[in-house]
Amino acid sequence: MIVYLVRRLGQSLIAVAAMAILVFVGVYAIGNPVDILINPEATQAEIAATTHRLGLDRPLLEQFGIFVWNALHGDLGRSFVYGRPAMEIILERLPATMELALVALILSVGIGVPLGVLAGLKPNSVGGRSIMAGSILGFSLPNFWQGMLLILVFAVLLGWLPAGGRGETVDLLGVRVSFLTLDGLKHLILPALNLALFKMSLVIRLARANTREVALQDYVKFARAKGLSTRRVVLVHILKNIMIPVVTIIGLELGSMVAFAIVTETVFAWPGMGKLLIDSINLLDRPLIVAYLMLTVLIIVGINLAVDVLYSALDPRVRLSEVKA
Amino acid sequence: MTARPALLIATLLAGSTLATAAGAADLTIGLKSEPTSMDPQFHNLATNTQVLENIFEGLTKQDAVQRLQPGLATTWEAVDDTTWRFTLRDGVKFQNGSAFTARDVLYTLCRPPLVENSPSSYTIYTGDIVDASAADDHTVIIKTEAANPLLPTNMASLPILSADALGAEKTITYKPKGECEGLGEVPQSPAFNAPEVAVGTGPYELKEFTRGSQLVLTKFDGYWGDAPAWDTVTMRPITSDGPRVAALLAGDVDMIESPPIQDIPRIKDAGFKIVDALSNRIIYLHLYQQDDKAPSIEGTDGKNPLLDKRVREAISLAINRPAIVERIMGGYAVAAGELLPPPMFGTNGRDADTYDPDKAKQLLAEAGYPNGFTITLGTPNDRYINDEKVAQAIAQMLTRIGIKTNVDAMTASQFFSRRNALDFPVYLAGWGAASGEMSSPLKSLVATYDKATGMGPTNAGRYSNPDMDKVLIEAMSTIDDAKREDLLKKAEGLVLDDYGIIPLHYEQTVWAMKPALSYEARVDQYTIAAEVKPAQ
Repeated sequence: MIVYLVRRLGQSLIAVAAMAILVFVGVYAIGNPVDILINPEATQAEIAATTHRLGLDRPLLEQFGIFVWNALHGDLGRSFVYGRPAMEIILERLPATMELALVALILSVGIGVPLGVLAGLKPNSVGGRSIMAGSILGFSLPNFWQGMLLILVFAVLLGWLPAGGRGETVDLLGVRVSFLTLDGLKHLILPALNLALFKMSLVIRLARANTREVALQDYVKFARAKGLSTRRVVLVHILKNIMIPVVTIIGLELGSMVAFAIVTETVFAWPGMGKLLIDSINLLDRPLIVAYLMLTVLIIVGINLAVDVLYSALDPRVRLSEVKA
Repeated sequence: MTARPALLIATLLAGSTLATAAGAADLTIGLKSEPTSMDPQFHNLATNTQVLENIFEGLTKQDAVQRLQPGLATTWEAVDDTTWRFTLRDGVKFQNGSAFTARDVLYTLCRPPLVENSPSSYTIYTGDIVDASAADDHTVIIKTEAANPLLPTNMASLPILSADALGAEKTITYKPKGECEGLGEVPQSPAFNAPEVAVGTGPYELKEFTRGSQLVLTKFDGYWGDAPAWDTVTMRPITSDGPRVAALLAGDVDMIESPPIQDIPRIKDAGFKIVDALSNRIIYLHLYQQDDKAPSIEGTDGKNPLLDKRVREAISLAINRPAIVERIMGGYAVAAGELLPPPMFGTNGRDADTYDPDKAKQLLAEAGYPNGFTITLGTPNDRYINDEKVAQAIAQMLTRIGIKTNVDAMTASQFFSRRNALDFPVYLAGWGAASGEMSSPLKSLVATYDKATGMGPTNAGRYSNPDMDKVLIEAMSTIDDAKREDLLKKAEGLVLDDYGIIPLHYEQTVWAMKPALSYEARVDQYTIAAEVKPAQ
């Protein structure tokens, strides 16, 4: 188990380093952030002074060397735009994104699994067919368009929910969360639903396919023959066995939801990390972009690890020490 | 976004929300961008200025058409060419209760060079101040290195800080280049997120700034001017156009800036009010005129045709400006013949060049290019209103007279870096004159590029006209307004006669709001919450 963890961590460090180099050089190649940050009225001397102040007048290698040295000391640099440590700014935004992703996750599993099982048990019924048709829509409609449509229907036409923003927040253990206030919840529903729709469709299809497979297994037949109630057969024997692939997918998808909720955050003006990334890319705020993507890699690696550990809990046949990953 | 019924229902909704907007004294505004800091001396850019002007005020201020008005100074005068005397307003209080005196002005002039990590420093307004002193509590004497007629204008862009709130000592002595004495420990920008540090004299005080989410201001009861109209003002950054419009239609916000032009009819149909005004922003074409080594020009045997005035004139005549204004800008622009819309200070009142493709072809032939040539037009695609579409249209028009034009469009961050590296033979860009007068575009866009004197920093076509430079430099050190205006007119005339730069159109700035609100549209494109009033 420990060997496995160490190996996985080592791999992720390499991924983080590779990411840092790629992004650093890539953003450097796009252009000089001073060109876009500085007041157009600035003279050449002001531009030079600002470039010097931000350390951008040094050769790329030197800049990268300074970055690596500081990163090894736990400092990922200061944002060019905000003048504050990049990590601090990202962590300020992290709770909003986490909250959104977790609620979306709960929605997609909470709605997706029951619907999927239902469709799997009665694949030829009207209900089963409509669920599958709905999931195809959820899959194929572009995310931003779904978002705009949700806003149009629920905010503009019906006026039930706000069109965007985060709403009222309260402190929970030092983290600002919005799901504990009514106003916050109202603001949360649409973006969370928007983010969840695609994953929900994925979960539905997965759950349905697995249910159909598992439902034909001998042990299910046997359970039925033993006279167990349908309820018990479904909840215990089927559900538990279809959860393994679902957990895998959800784990992978949670990582991507946290890291790349960008579209949803932009459409709903949700003050999370994704929106921060887009703004930073537009302003070539290199320290922020690099720090963000490094954090993203860490989050995804971390979630994958957690999934592997969960596996062994769900499926006694899997033992982590045997996994040669 | 399809159906007509949607609009009808939206109209009804808008109608029902009107009542609340009129009665409540809260205002919510959807902004296109977000300030990067609450420190008014951190990032000198419109995004920050327009928000911070609600909390802080300068010695002078610019009204909606950028005429200079008294701010925290009631009067100012040039004692001699390099000395200015400002008389400060009596009885002004900061939001923390301390009285506004000359000491606060000195502190404000001292701090810009000491702000760490500033991505765009305020030293462009204070760099030439060699001495500043307080003759008494309400008189400040400022001396500049050379004559600077724009000093009072610059003071409008320099918000006054509270020396008390920032922990200065009793007496402050001004020394240039950040060597002032008596400042105490100078707080850096992050400290300004706290309302007790971000203290100004403006009509609204900072209550809360949650980055990415909202900025909340509350009314300052001790404001010296007219009582503020709103108890609470909330500003929300909604950077994407579509969601910003949706937020207005859904009643989340009362007002938005810069709705996309193509959505304006829809917004109007839904019962909202549109306010627009000509801005000080000119969209122009700049042409590479440094030497024969122009990039991306083909079919000229290695020569740079843009060095020939006839070719430059042909390009200007080939552009059908009214068509661009009408079809691409939806009427929200005005064809331009100058670098600043008349009757602003220093303009000549010229009309835009008339569309004349035949004469343009003839001029090209006279210049020795009867078959034209091939050229690349660089343009940003997310910086100015419909910038890429305008560039596409211009490319077609130029191709029609024989100049085969390829459009190279890219995002702003990339565009400005490439432009500054002289990567384009022709580029489309825009210029908003912060000072509201002609020396701003002339100095930045067409004065001969010179690092030592700071002239022509944005002249990425490297146009150079020594006659114009001479007149402009004289204008920039002439204190007398009438004389200066004449010189500026003359300088601009020299550039335009030479087709050194090609004006396209003046952008019009648009705001959309509930009918219960009124806003005097500003030439400088700023959205200043304090100037939003309930409609009469």
